[in-house]
Amino acid sequence: MQSIPIEHGLILAGILFALGLVGVLTRRNIVFVLMSLEVMLNASGLAFVVASTRWGHADGQVMFLMILTLAAAEVAVGLGLIIQMYRKFQTVDIDVLSKMKG
Amino acid sequence: MQDLIWLLPTFPLLGFLSLVLTGGSLPKKIVAIIGAGSIGLSFLTAALIAVQFLGSGEDYFVKEVWVWMAVGEFTPGFTFYLDGLSLVMMLIITGVGFLIHLYSTGFMVDDPSYSRFFAYMNLFVAAMLMLVLGDNLVLLYLGWEGVGLCSYLLIGFWYENPENGYAARKAFVVTRVGDTAMAIGLFLLFTQLGTLNIQEMLHAAEQQWAVGSGLAIAAALLLLGGAVGKSAQLPLQTWLPDAMAGPTPISALIHAATMVTAGVYLIARTHVLFELAPTVQMLVAFVGLATLLMAGFTAMTQRDIKRILAYSTISQIGYMFLALGAGAWSAAVFHLMTHAFFKALLFLAAGTVILSLHHEHDIFKMGGKREQLPVAFWSFIIGSAALAALPFTSGFYSKDEILLAALEVQGPGLLLWIGGVIGAFFTGIYSFRLVFVVFFGDSNGHHEAKEDAVLSMAVPLCVLMVLALFGGWIQVPLDAVFSHGAGHEEERVSLLVHAIMIAAPILGIGVSYLFFMSKVFDVDKLMANPLASSLHRFWFSGWGMDALYQRLFVNPFLYLARINRNDLVDKFYAVIVSITRTAHLMIARSQTGYLGWYALSMALGLVLVLALGVML
Repeated sequence: MQSIPIEHGLILAGILFALGLVGVLTRRNIVFVLMSLEVMLNASGLAFVVASTRWGHADGQVMFLMILTLAAAEVAVGLGLIIQMYRKFQTVDIDVLSKMKG
Repeated sequence: MQDLIWLLPTFPLLGFLSLVLTGGSLPKKIVAIIGAGSIGLSFLTAALIAVQFLGSGEDYFVKEVWVWMAVGEFTPGFTFYLDGLSLVMMLIITGVGFLIHLYSTGFMVDDPSYSRFFAYMNLFVAAMLMLVLGDNLVLLYLGWEGVGLCSYLLIGFWYENPENGYAARKAFVVTRVGDTAMAIGLFLLFTQLGTLNIQEMLHAAEQQWAVGSGLAIAAALLLLGGAVGKSAQLPLQTWLPDAMAGPTPISALIHAATMVTAGVYLIARTHVLFELAPTVQMLVAFVGLATLLMAGFTAMTQRDIKRILAYSTISQIGYMFLALGAGAWSAAVFHLMTHAFFKALLFLAAGTVILSLHHEHDIFKMGGKREQLPVAFWSFIIGSAALAALPFTSGFYSKDEILLAALEVQGPGLLLWIGGVIGAFFTGIYSFRLVFVVFFGDSNGHHEAKEDAVLSMAVPLCVLMVLALFGGWIQVPLDAVFSHGAGHEEERVSLLVHAIMIAAPILGIGVSYLFFMSKVFDVDKLMANPLASSLHRFWFSGWGMDALYQRLFVNPFLYLARINRNDLVDKFYAVIVSITRTAHLMIARSQTGYLGWYALSMALGLVLVLALGVML
C-alpha cells in the first residue's frame, strides 16, 4: 500500500491549524470563534495520527481519542457559556464584552 | 533545700502570670493574697536557703536549671549562683519586697488597677532576683532589662496623666543610654575572654589582662556606664526624681531599695575588673562623690516630699559608689542593705502621709502632723536618723565604714573623706528639714488628715523601723566573695576623725533646727539675698541638668527630626515605588479586554518562544 508521506500530513495539519488560528483572531462572532477552535484542535489531532502512523505506534490514535473527548466537553461548556452570554448581553459579538481591562 | 533556689524567681513569675492572665477579674482580696503571698513564699524559701547555705560553710553554690541557648561555644544557661553577695541581695529583695507588697495591699486598695499593680510588682521581683542570682552576664542582663521594663511600666502606672507617661519614657530612655554601654561591654568581654560566665570571666580577666591595660579599662568603663544609668549617678541621674510620678510603694521598692542599687551590685560583682583598672575605680569614687554632693545640695531645696527622698537616694547611692571606688566592696554592699531598710521605711512613711493628706506632695502645705499620724511620725524620725547616720542607727555603721575606707585611699583619700563628711552634713540638714516641716510647726495646710496607716500598712512600717534601727548589727557574709580585695586591716584612726564624722550630721540637724524649727534664721530673709535666691533656683532645678540635656540632646534631636520630617532614607524607596508604579501602568495598557488581542499575544509569544528554542 502506498503510504502518504509524513510531510504532507504535517503540512495539512499546519494549514488547518493556521486557518483555525486566523479564525479565532479575526472572527467577532463567538460561535465562529468556537468553531475555529475546533478546527485547531482537529489540526493537532491530525498531527498526532500522522505521527503515530509514521512510527507504527498506537499512542497517537489514543491521544486523538482523548482530544475528541476534550473537544466534546469543551463545546458543551462553551455553548453553555455562549447561551448565558446571549441571555445577559443580547449579543454574540466578543468585542462588545471588553469591560475587563487594566 | 539549696536545689530549690530556682523557686525564688518562679513564685513571683507565677504570681505575675496568674494576675495578668485573669486580667483584673479577680476580687481584690485574692489579688492581694496572690501578689503579696508569692513574694512571701519567695522570702520563706530564701530564708531557708540562707540558713542552710550559711550552715554548710561553703563559699558558693551553683545550680543549673537548663541551658538557655546553645550557639557554638556560647551556652548561657538559667544557672543560679549563690554566694555571700547574692545571698544578701536575695534576702533584701524578697524581705523588703515582701514588706512593701504587704504595705501596698493597704495603700493601693482604692485603685481600680489593683491587679495590674501587683502583676507588675511581681514581675519586677522575679526580674530582680534573676539579676542577682544569674551566674552569667546574659542572665544578669535579662534581669537588668526586665527591671528596667517594670520600672517604666510602674512609673507610668497612672498613665491617664500624660506627665507620668513622659516621666516613664524619660526614665526608660536615660537608663537605655547606660544599658547600651553595658551591652557593648558584654560584647567586648565575650569577644576578648570567650565567656560570659561571671566567675570564669573574672578569672580569665585576671590571667590575661595586666593591671591598667587598655582592654581592662575599656571593659570597666563600659560596665560603669551601665551602672551609672541604672543607679542614677552623674551624669545620668536626671530620670530618678521624675520617676517619683509612680505610686509611692514603687518608689520605695524600685527607686530606693532594690533596682537603683543594681549598679552597685554589678560593680561589686565584677569588682575584679575594676581592680584591674585602677583609674576607672578612682573614677567610680569621684562619680560617687560628685553625685552625693550634687544630690545633697538639691535635696535641701526641694518642696515635694518624694523628690526630697529621691535626691537623698541618689546621694546615698553616691556613698555606695564612693565605697566601691575606695575598694571597700563589702562596705558598699552593707550600706546598700541598711539603705534599703531605712529608705524603704522613709518612702512608705511618706506614702502614708501623702495618702492621708489626699495626695498632697508639697511639704510646706503639711505641717504639724505629729499628733495625727503617729506611725508615720516615728517612722520618719527613725528613718531620718538612720539616713543622717546618727550614732547607733543602722546607717551610722555603714556610712562610718565607707568614710573610713575613703580616708584610707592612697592619694585623694582626704579629699574623698572631706567630701563625704560634707555630704553627711547636708544629709542631716535635708532629712530633718523634712521632719521639722512636715511633723512640727503649725498645721498650715488646709488638709485634714485622714486616719493613720491601716494595719497592713503599719506592720511593714514597724518591721522596717526595727531593721532601720538595728540593721547595722547584721553581719554580712561577704568575706569569701571579696577575698581578692586588699586586706582591710583595722587601722587605728584618730579619735578626731570619728568625732568629726559623728558631729557632721548632728551639726546639720542643728542648722536645720535653727532654720525650720526655732526659726532663729529666717529662710525668707535669706531668699531676699539675690545670690542666695539664684543659688536656690540653681539647686532646685537639680543643678540645671535637665535644662542642659534639653539643650544638648533633646532640642538638637527635635531639630533634626523636624528637618528630616520626610525621611531622607525613604526617598530612595520612593523612587523604587514610582518606577514600579509607572511600569505597572504601562503594562496595564496591554490588557485591553479584547479576546482577539489576548489570543494573538499568546500565539505570538508561543512563536517567539519556539523560535528562540530553535535558534539556540
